[in-house]
Amino acid sequence: MANEQSNSANPNFNLKYRRKQSAEEMKHQVVTFVLMIFFTLIAFAAVAIEGISPWFIRPTLLLLAAVQVIFQLYYFMHMKHKGHGAITLFIFSGLLVGLITVLAFVTIVWL
Amino acid sequence: MHAEEKFTDATWPASPEKATLEGKNKYLGFWLFLGGETVLFASLFATYLALKDKVPDDNMALAKDLFELPLTFIATMLLLTSSLTSVYAMYHMKNRDFKKMQSWLLVTVLLGAAFLGLEVYEFNHYVHEFGHTFTSSAFGSSFYTLVGFHGGHVAFGLMWIISLMVRNAKRGLNLYNAPKFYLASLYWHFIDVVWVFIFTVVYLMGMVG
Repeated sequence: MANEQSNSANPNFNLKYRRKQSAEEMKHQVVTFVLMIFFTLIAFAAVAIEGISPWFIRPTLLLLAAVQVIFQLYYFMHMKHKGHGAITLFIFSGLLVGLITVLAFVTIVWL
Repeated sequence: MHAEEKFTDATWPASPEKATLEGKNKYLGFWLFLGGETVLFASLFATYLALKDKVPDDNMALAKDLFELPLTFIATMLLLTSSLTSVYAMYHMKNRDFKKMQSWLLVTVLLGAAFLGLEVYEFNHYVHEFGHTFTSSAFGSSFYTLVGFHGGHVAFGLMWIISLMVRNAKRGLNLYNAPKFYLASLYWHFIDVVWVFIFTVVYLMGMVG
């Protein structure tokens, strides 16, 4: 289990190591956040700047959104850590059913 | 490990939210719930996409007449930042720093409340300036259902986090409430995930036309 190291002979040494590790992880989270802000800015700029074809903007916006969601799920919601097998199954099943629903509605209306 | 155990900084588990069986089960169950929520929001998105700009009268406002870039941008920044502040709260929870965790949660709550206030202003603006109401058109119904449902989630998340903060203010951090705080922060991130799709699909793509 994840907390076994606390039973070792020198808990204070472990504490220092763990603090350092979690500070390191927090740094990654901040980098993730900066990237997300950056992608958001690109998305808003693409809409604000006039003269770009909507057929180019639409897929770009969707791609930027997908990247942001992956960041959020894997970094902020910790899905990149070990032991997230069942959770990955849950959320991707949800996404699959959701995607089929959206696709079905959109094709019914547009075709 | 059990919920009432006493800890020092050194013995506090690295993943307190999953240190007890109850915590583990809650964690698994909550993600199952989030999978279901994904389907719920997807069906609302599908409805919105199908009914977008479907109005009975040519004079009624369409998506490109209603939405404005600055308001959506500020709302997005507020919610995105609140996602980071709740990450900070969980960072301090893992370091067993209860005070700092509470402060970051408070910042999260304030940002969330500002977002909600902005949404109320926005809806009010649409109703009074454009006559865009829940019953004015199919477009209106699907818009308010989707965005309003998200706003309802924000309101619920706020109440959830505030109740946890108040109820545990004197108790401090232990393995009984660590999973509770952790799940509330997961829920808050999920709200932000949904908002990423709302600002992209509803607002930005609505303005593109």
